[in-house]
Amino acid sequence: MSMVLTAVILMAVFGAVLGAVIGIFARYFRVESDARVELVTELLPNANCGGCGKAGCADFAKAVVAGELPPGGCPVSSRETVSAIARALGIEAGEVESKVAVVLCSGDDASTREKVLYNGVNDCVSASLVAGGPKNCAYGCLGFSSCARACPFGAIEMVNSLAVVHSELCVGCGKCVDVCPRHLIKLVPANAEVNVYCSSPAKGVEKKAYCASGCIGCRKCGKAAEGKFVFNGFCASVDYNAAELPGSDVVEKSNCPSGCLRTRQGHLEKEYAERDGVTK
Amino acid sequence: MSFGKFKVFSFSGGIHPRFDGKNLAASEAVKPAPLLEKYVLYLSQNVGKMPKLIVKTGDEVKKGQLVAGADGFVSANLHAPTSGKIGAVKNIPGANGTLTPALEIIADGKDEWGELLPALDWRTADPKVLLERVRACGIVGMGGAAFPSHVKLSPPPEKKIDTLIINGAECEPYLCADHRLMLENPEKVLIGTAICGRILGVKNMLIGVESNKKDAIAKLNEKAAEYGIKVVKLRVRYPQGAEKQLIYALTGRKVPAGGLPMETGCVVQNAGSAAAIADAVCEGKPLIERITTVSGEAVAHPGNYLVRIGTPVAKLIEWAGGEKCKTGKIVLGGPMMGFALHSPEVALSKNSSGVLLFPLKGICQYTSAGCLRCGKCVKVCPMNLIPSILASAVESGKYDLAAQNHIADCMECGSCAYVCPAERPLVQHIRRGKAELRKNKGK
Repeated sequence: MSMVLTAVILMAVFGAVLGAVIGIFARYFRVESDARVELVTELLPNANCGGCGKAGCADFAKAVVAGELPPGGCPVSSRETVSAIARALGIEAGEVESKVAVVLCSGDDASTREKVLYNGVNDCVSASLVAGGPKNCAYGCLGFSSCARACPFGAIEMVNSLAVVHSELCVGCGKCVDVCPRHLIKLVPANAEVNVYCSSPAKGVEKKAYCASGCIGCRKCGKAAEGKFVFNGFCASVDYNAAELPGSDVVEKSNCPSGCLRTRQGHLEKEYAERDGVTK
Repeated sequence: MSFGKFKVFSFSGGIHPRFDGKNLAASEAVKPAPLLEKYVLYLSQNVGKMPKLIVKTGDEVKKGQLVAGADGFVSANLHAPTSGKIGAVKNIPGANGTLTPALEIIADGKDEWGELLPALDWRTADPKVLLERVRACGIVGMGGAAFPSHVKLSPPPEKKIDTLIINGAECEPYLCADHRLMLENPEKVLIGTAICGRILGVKNMLIGVESNKKDAIAKLNEKAAEYGIKVVKLRVRYPQGAEKQLIYALTGRKVPAGGLPMETGCVVQNAGSAAAIADAVCEGKPLIERITTVSGEAVAHPGNYLVRIGTPVAKLIEWAGGEKCKTGKIVLGGPMMGFALHSPEVALSKNSSGVLLFPLKGICQYTSAGCLRCGKCVKVCPMNLIPSILASAVESGKYDLAAQNHIADCMECGSCAYVCPAERPLVQHIRRGKAELRKNKGK
């Protein structure tokens, strides 16, 4: 009996001593934390995408509380979330231009020809290191879905071995931009309805030999919407820095002969149609 | 270290394929290739900076005339392989598939030499003059890496060089260009070796040859003593011809991680480069031709050809009798480290030691599985790395982990991928890791 008693007393004493030690540590070695940072972190989406330029959501919250960034700096948060954070901190929400990613290539399976059989790692960087990738175009989408895997929001889909962006899901974090070895992905203003889906500056004749939808540099789009397009070699591109972006009517007006000038929606629809055509 | 008569030297790790394909072309004497109508010269044929073009479309050039001059120290001159007119200068896909600047030379059929540099007496000429000749003639490492030879031959003064090693190992399966060279022209290799020795001021000159080339060893040994050169037998093991492995096999010295061979007091030159150096010094000829093996199971008549730089691969295949069966893969270089070509229109460079055609039937379309942790890759890695960890780290995007495990020391010899029972594309993962790390470093 006395043994049990000794044990109980001993345990009680130990507990009291250790408790006291923990108490002292908690009192004197406390890490000062701002409750507001935790509050903001909780409100944020916590996808840790890095689209704001910070290491993650907690890091962004710290910057917002410190006043370095406006709550609107998070590209993922909805307007409601941003204003909720602003209200909680009692500051201005701040406006950040929302952007979306576009893959500027329309070289899918149906329109491009493959030069070699590739049998290796399913990754764009790996494929580009072997004979420059299986597709003939040295500038186009390789189709090994590295960007789709990098996207934390599932906004990129591979259709006919071509990466396409679902802009309603895209938050413009830019993760995909970094992984593409061909540098095809661009962050453009969310209101840029029309894009030129080709990035190859090669000559039109050359491109036509292996791609049905490569830009041939005819400049019809530039004539249809004066000053809203820029040309790099034989490739047109929307001038995203211009005061006004071309409207979706320019597609019809310019009557692009190679069909690489498309609206975002039109691009998606065309690729889906081609995929369904191919599978039939 | 003494070299006993029967001792065979080697390193740890490596592989030896059951069928090494050497017998296909090893007994074929070198045939001179006929003159072509058109040659394609890639400007970038050396490690380091690309030489600067000094001719333009429409210019007349003579055989051996300089068409692109070295841009800086680590760069190499480029000369016209025949006389004729300069055709188009444009970007075309090179051996690795990426666009690279190249010029066409339309041959006039006369094949006239331009003004050659004066012949030198290598025994008496000043070592500085000899070194300048090596530089002027655009000689690079012809075994595969294409590192400019004059850079290797001018070590900084604080590095004391005491051993010159000539690499005649030719450990890559199928290739026998160096073998034929040493057999048919042993004198040239020996003179080239002696010239390199004079430039470096080195007395200890070794030629390492794998023991499966007994005839070449015997030929070299006939005269080697006259030049004060030792011919050393090496174990038949891939990658015996890799610089660091060769140094270890012959001297027992280890090149520090991330270091250069000269830190061990050794300079390594390829046997083909040594012969080219002999040509450059004794005849004033720039590097415009080399011996290339055409082999593989899909070639009708495997053989060795003395070809000019800039010959399209398709022509070589034509000379060798074309395809015997449907080709599945064309490889420029050896089967272990060569480039799988995207088109037979790719032209030969100074470092193209072979063109190999493999039948479509024999090409395995493998599907790789997960790592089994069997450790075979660790056992064969000649650099004592852990390829399985490197590949897994890259696959999961942990490039820092790969860097910590010395991914940069991998020479991509392919031994690990060769033995992997799960058929994992280990080298491809490692190459991607290196590419990503280079990209991150640039940021």
